[in-house]
Amino acid sequence: MIAAEILRAAPTAPCAPFPRHVLTPDAWAALVDALQGDRDVALLSMWADSQQVYCLFHDAGNGDFILASVQVDAGAYRALSPARPAASWFERSIHDLFGHVAEGGTDDRPWLDHGHWDQHAPLSPRATPSLMAAEPPQFLPSDGDDLHQIAVGPVHAGIIEPGHFRFTAQGETIVRLEIRLGYLHKGTLGLMRGKSPRAAARFAARLSGDSTIAHSIAFARAAEAACAVEAPPRAVMLRAVMAELERVANHLGDCGAIANDAAFAFLPARFGWHREALLGASFAAFGHRLMMDCVIPGGVAGDLADDGSILSALAAIEGELPGLLRVYDDYSSLVDRMVGTGTVRPDLVHRFAAGGFVGRASGRDFDLRRSPAYAPYRDMAFDVPLLQAGDVDARFRIRVAEMTVSIDLLRRLLAGLPDGPLTVPLPLASGEGIGWAEGFRGDIWTWLRLDGGQIAAVFMRDPSWLQWPLLQAAMEGNIVADFPLCNKSFNCSYSGVDL
Amino acid sequence: MVWRTIARTLRHRPLTVPPDAISDAATQDLADRLAAVSKRRLGRSLAIRQVDAGSCNGCELEINMLNGIVYDLERFGLRFVASPRHADVLLVTGPITRNMQDALRRTYDATPDPKFVVAVGDCAVDGGVFKGSYAIHGGVDSTVPVDLVVRGCPPTPAQLLEGLRLLVEANAT
Repeated sequence: MIAAEILRAAPTAPCAPFPRHVLTPDAWAALVDALQGDRDVALLSMWADSQQVYCLFHDAGNGDFILASVQVDAGAYRALSPARPAASWFERSIHDLFGHVAEGGTDDRPWLDHGHWDQHAPLSPRATPSLMAAEPPQFLPSDGDDLHQIAVGPVHAGIIEPGHFRFTAQGETIVRLEIRLGYLHKGTLGLMRGKSPRAAARFAARLSGDSTIAHSIAFARAAEAACAVEAPPRAVMLRAVMAELERVANHLGDCGAIANDAAFAFLPARFGWHREALLGASFAAFGHRLMMDCVIPGGVAGDLADDGSILSALAAIEGELPGLLRVYDDYSSLVDRMVGTGTVRPDLVHRFAAGGFVGRASGRDFDLRRSPAYAPYRDMAFDVPLLQAGDVDARFRIRVAEMTVSIDLLRRLLAGLPDGPLTVPLPLASGEGIGWAEGFRGDIWTWLRLDGGQIAAVFMRDPSWLQWPLLQAAMEGNIVADFPLCNKSFNCSYSGVDL
Repeated sequence: MVWRTIARTLRHRPLTVPPDAISDAATQDLADRLAAVSKRRLGRSLAIRQVDAGSCNGCELEINMLNGIVYDLERFGLRFVASPRHADVLLVTGPITRNMQDALRRTYDATPDPKFVVAVGDCAVDGGVFKGSYAIHGGVDSTVPVDLVVRGCPPTPAQLLEGLRLLVEANAT
C-alpha cells in the first residue's frame, strides 16, 4: 500500500478539524517503509506526549492534511527520519523531552538537552535525575584535504539570537555547515500544561516574539477547535489585520537587514523608517507595538482604536516600495552579492516541506491562507508570489512582493470590519484540536489536548523547524563571508524551535 | 532615488526623534551606584555588546530599532560592538536558560573591567512568565551582577534609549 492509503485506512480518534488516524506500531512501521519511496506525502510536524508520537502530513497528491499517531511501545517507536530527514530534529527533541527512543533514527545525539538540566526527559511522568554531562557536542565529520573548522556562537556578533554554527571550510569555501540549537530552551511546553488556554496563550505569544500574532492565532484556533467554538467575525477580521501588519513589519525589517549585511546602508535606513512607522501605528491601533497578547483564545483582547495611522503608514510604504526596489536593482555591487548566493534547490524545499519565503522562493507554492484556508482569507482573493531561483535575491523579492499583497489585504480588511462582539467564552471542555496560521515565516501548526478545560499536552510548530536544515544545505559551496547574508535571508527563529 | 532622497532630507528636519530630557535625580542615583564600580572614566562613549540569554526575540526586535535612523543610538556616543572584548556594557535579555548560563558567564568574563550590565525586559528581571521552569535558571542577576534594569515586554526603543542614556550620563557625571 502507498503511504497515504496506510494513513487513511487507520481508525480515527476525534480531533477537530482533522480527525487523528491512530496507527498500530505495525501499521506505523509499514508507513515508514512506504514513505521511503513516496514523494507525495510531506512531513509537516512531529511531536509527542507521554504516551504517543504524533505526525502531521500533507498529501501533495490531493492537498489533504492528515494527522496520525502511534502508541509508544516500551519507550520506543520506529524512527521516521530514514524516510523523512526533517524528522531527525523532531525525534531528537522528543527523546530529550519525553524519553521516547526513535528506533533506527538517523541521529541519536541529544538536541535540546545540553546536559544542564536537573532532570532527564523533564516532560515524562517518569523524569529521572539527569546523569548527562555537559560535554562538548559532537559534530558530523567531513572528509577531504586541507579542511578546517570554524566555530561560531552561541553568542554571535550581531543583535541576534544564540545558536552554534560549525563550519567546515576549505579555504574560503564552506564544505559543511552544521547548526546546533537548543540554547533558548525555556521549557515552554511544560509550563503550558495544566493551564487554561487563556493563561497559556501568554506562552504561545512568546514562543517567537517576531511571530507573536501568528503563533497566538494558531494557538487560539487550536483551543477553539478543541472546545468546538468559533471566534466572532469581528475578532477574526481583527486577527487578520494584526497578522498582516506583523507580516509587513517583519518583511520591512528583513529587507533592510539583508541589504545591511551586504553593507548597503541606504535600504535599511528607509525600510527601518517604514517599520518604525508601522510599529507606531500598531501601537496606536492595538496598544502594543508588536501586538503581543492582543490575540486570545476566543477572540481578541481589545478593539481597534484607530486605523488612520495604519492606512497612512501603508500608503507611505506603498509609495516608496517601487523606488526602493529600483535602487536595489540599480546597484550592481549589491545585486552581485544577492544573485546566486545561498541557493536552495527546489527538490530539497519539497523534500523538507519548507514553507514561507524559503519555500516560495524555490518554487514551493504553499500558503495556509489559501489551503487549507481559514477565515477571513477563505473568502478573499489574493496572490501568493512565487519564484524559482531559490537564492538570497529571490527570498528578498518574495518579501517585497508579499508586502504589496498584504497592504492590499489590509485595506480590504479594514474597510470591511463587521460590527459585533470581540470574544466568545471558552467552555471547560475536554478535547483535541489543531490550529494553523500563515505567519511571516510560513506555516505555523499548533496541536493541543484539553482535559477539563486545562491543557494536557501541546505542541507549537514554528516554520523554522523545516527551514533551518535547508540553510545548512544552502551554504555548501558558498564562502564563509556570505553566511550572514544567507542567514538573514532565511531569518529562521531560534526561540521558535528551541521551545 | 538614493540621491533624490538624500537631497530631500537636506530640506526638512531630521527623521530622528529629538531626545527627551533625562531625570537628574535618576542620573545622580545611578552615578552614585556606578562610582563604586567604575575605577576610571569611560567618558561619554560606551560600547555595547548585546547578549540574548533566553529571550523570545521580542526584545531583540526593539533593540535593533535603536540602530535605525529614528532612534539613532550613535548620536549619544553609544554603539553596538561585535565582541565582548570591545565592550563596556552588556545588554542582556531573556530569562537565563540553563543552556545559556555558561555562555553568558563566559561573555561577562571576556568583557574588560570596568563593565556594566543592563538587564533588558521583564524576563531578564526574574525569569518573567518562564519563572519556575526546569530549563530556566532565573533573571540576569542570578548569573552576573546587574547595574540597571529596563523593564517592558518588550521595552520600547524609547525606553531602551532612556536607560542607556542614563548610563552614559551617570558614567560621565
